[in-house]
Amino acid sequence: MSDQDSGPQGFARRDFLKGAVVGGAAAATGTVAAVTTAEAQSQSPQPAAAPASQPGYAFLNIEEAAFVEALVDHMIPADEFSPKGTDIGVNIFIDRALAGGWGKGERLYMQGPWKRGTPNQGYQLPLAPADLYRAGIEATNAYCRKTYGGKPFDRLDAKQREEVLVGLSGGKITFEHGPPARTFWGTVYQTVMEGMFSDPIYGGNRDKAGWKLIGFPGAVAVHREHVEQYRNKPYTADILGIADLS
Amino acid sequence: MATKLKDVDVVVVGLGWTGGILSKELAEAGMKVVALERGNPLNPANDFAVPNIRDELRYVVRHELMQNAQRDTLTIRNNISQEALPMRRLGSFLPGEGVGGSATHWSGHTWRWTDMEFKVRSMYEERYGKSFIPDDMTIQDWGITYDELEPYYDRFEYTAAVSGKAGNLKGQIVPGGNPFEAPRAREYALPPLTPIYSSVMFTDATKNLGYHPFPRPSANASQAYTNPDGAHYGACQYCGYCQRFGCEANAKGSPLVSVIPIAMRNPNFELRANSWVTKVIKDSDGKKVTGVAYTNVLTGEEFEQPANIVLLCAYAINNVHLMLLSGTGQPYDPAAQTGVVGKNYCYQNGVGATLFFEGKYFNPFINAGGSNATIDDFNVNWSFDRGPHGFIGGYNVAGGFNTPLPIGYRPVPRGTPQWGTAWKAATKKWYQAAMTINSSGSVMANRNNYFDLDPTYRNAFGQPLMRMTFDYKDNEKKMGKHSADLVNSIAKSMNPTRVNEASSRDSWTVVPYQSTHNTGGTIMGTNPKNSVVNKYLQSWDCHNLFTVGANVFPHNGSYNPTGPVGALAYWTADAIKNRYVKNPGPLVQA
Repeated sequence: MSDQDSGPQGFARRDFLKGAVVGGAAAATGTVAAVTTAEAQSQSPQPAAAPASQPGYAFLNIEEAAFVEALVDHMIPADEFSPKGTDIGVNIFIDRALAGGWGKGERLYMQGPWKRGTPNQGYQLPLAPADLYRAGIEATNAYCRKTYGGKPFDRLDAKQREEVLVGLSGGKITFEHGPPARTFWGTVYQTVMEGMFSDPIYGGNRDKAGWKLIGFPGAVAVHREHVEQYRNKPYTADILGIADLS
Repeated sequence: MATKLKDVDVVVVGLGWTGGILSKELAEAGMKVVALERGNPLNPANDFAVPNIRDELRYVVRHELMQNAQRDTLTIRNNISQEALPMRRLGSFLPGEGVGGSATHWSGHTWRWTDMEFKVRSMYEERYGKSFIPDDMTIQDWGITYDELEPYYDRFEYTAAVSGKAGNLKGQIVPGGNPFEAPRAREYALPPLTPIYSSVMFTDATKNLGYHPFPRPSANASQAYTNPDGAHYGACQYCGYCQRFGCEANAKGSPLVSVIPIAMRNPNFELRANSWVTKVIKDSDGKKVTGVAYTNVLTGEEFEQPANIVLLCAYAINNVHLMLLSGTGQPYDPAAQTGVVGKNYCYQNGVGATLFFEGKYFNPFINAGGSNATIDDFNVNWSFDRGPHGFIGGYNVAGGFNTPLPIGYRPVPRGTPQWGTAWKAATKKWYQAAMTINSSGSVMANRNNYFDLDPTYRNAFGQPLMRMTFDYKDNEKKMGKHSADLVNSIAKSMNPTRVNEASSRDSWTVVPYQSTHNTGGTIMGTNPKNSVVNKYLQSWDCHNLFTVGANVFPHNGSYNPTGPVGALAYWTADAIKNRYVKNPGPLVQA
């Protein structure tokens, strides 16, 4: 895949959005939504989840949004199993998580002094998850620019994106300035999975695409009569989330 | 300046299972009881209702019902030469917070620990000789016996709606139950849960290997049930949202369904939620305590609550923390081998395998907290000869599921890509077609595993965090390897398409989640030199101070701790009602 091919998910949108700040936000929203839908339809064998309107971002800035969109569409591509990550709202889930209490360090002990510690001592950075995301995206993009001729992650082709994610997850990439790359990756991976498999009320797993993939029936769970009936037989039912039952 | 409140007979710190049992029992005995709970009040009808309770992100991943590490946590290290650092986010274990405590989010596994724990040192010495026990292994007999505790186990099981099948009724082995259990006076309160498919397969496989599988006893009501106090339980719905959730069906054994609402109706009882106890106050001569200091976390106001009796009933770790902060008892020093408060902290050591069967359907979302089968052949079975294996203790093995929800449970064979189309294909293929086999192993006390106060880090109240120093020792490593080999041999006998084999865990790490079965720190024993409390869980130093929880266990068994914790709560309640109030003073002479 050439750089040009990756345009709709990265290059074009990114530059368009930067221009759109001058040109007017309303126009930008409408156009980008149209681009995203068209691309989804052209690439996805499955119908794209109803995009309705762009929900907008509460935390991610333009470069971060481009990174996250590219990331979730690479990790969750459109194929016979599900629409792609942005079409099932995984980017929106991540944005909301980072903008909310969890992203800001709720339930995280944040007093110093700060020491590196041993791996067994767990997370020891002076960063709330949103800060870690911000610093990690910046460091990943710096690595990408240095390695791939000045291009940030979202402008890389699929093969290059794959190299970067393999490098982050396997510990081969280290950041010159920034948080430990594997710690960043651990948080990124966890949030992508949360965005695909948590209840749709949080913005991801749109149309229960993650639950449909595996056959998880969701929030309705009265199985007393099913234990014996469905031993070694597939249980199927309407997949319902919290909003469907509220 | 703290406001001094009016005297009460009893102040209870922490309102979960043990605080709930003692509050109800002592209020019914005519005593004025105030319970101070640092978390929120919780009400099942309002807080655990469908659909909002069916939220894996909120309850499992984000820990809504758990202790808030931002306000209070521990520092942790593997050994004395390391610098302890804060457990900045909960991981390995999850203490509950709020009225109901950890009993809101537990799975309900309720076991009777036997004399193999209570007489651990004497039984091993008698069979294998003194030299079989390593010098640094600080295990000791507990000072109580199974026979003393049996009626109290019974009482707790009937209170908590425990479902199971007796394996030993008054010495007679009963088919279908655990043949290795100690004799019980009568059957469980309810028949066992219906086994899920993975449990059926595990049962067949372990029978074929000559082991003795039985349904796991669990406080998940297998039928609607009214307990001896008149509390009503609904029937378990096998909803798959058990561990880490409150139960919308009121089917999980919980103080919020049983003892707490009964205490709340008693005019002798008062609950003050959002009340964070910072200290137990000692009398000037140090022989008694006079009450507790606490902060209303909604207003920041400080209070002193005087009481004739102080009961520490918080989460095990927090009970130890309060005693260290209050100077009740001498802190343990591992180098000098002096003091007792903080001594013998223990954890558990488990392994697990995932088995993949192409074409099978396990429906992992259909399960109860305890709908799996277990074998105890390598646990409370004393005829299993530990001699050739060189370890003390044991482990139980279970096949099945417990709350396998999709953010956390999407099994794929090792080596599967972690993202992309190949990952999705494997996730889809194996989600329905996998089951797990897990072991849970005991941890023997060691002189270098302990609690003390951290010299650097502080909680939201400006108090030192507790410091945990812990790692697995050779004994646990040997047992871990034995259990992994056994789990893998059972898995292999089932002929799965693929298997992710179990491997032993040789060093303790704070991530991922392992077990909320932390024990010890204010251990029970036969004299003030070897323990913090006597067999009635009464402080040797201050006779009107008691603490009830797994913090009194001198070592950790392989079983979940709530059975003996609940039984000891009733045992202590009887000792206070029937003996202590009539003649306040030490119940055991030092």
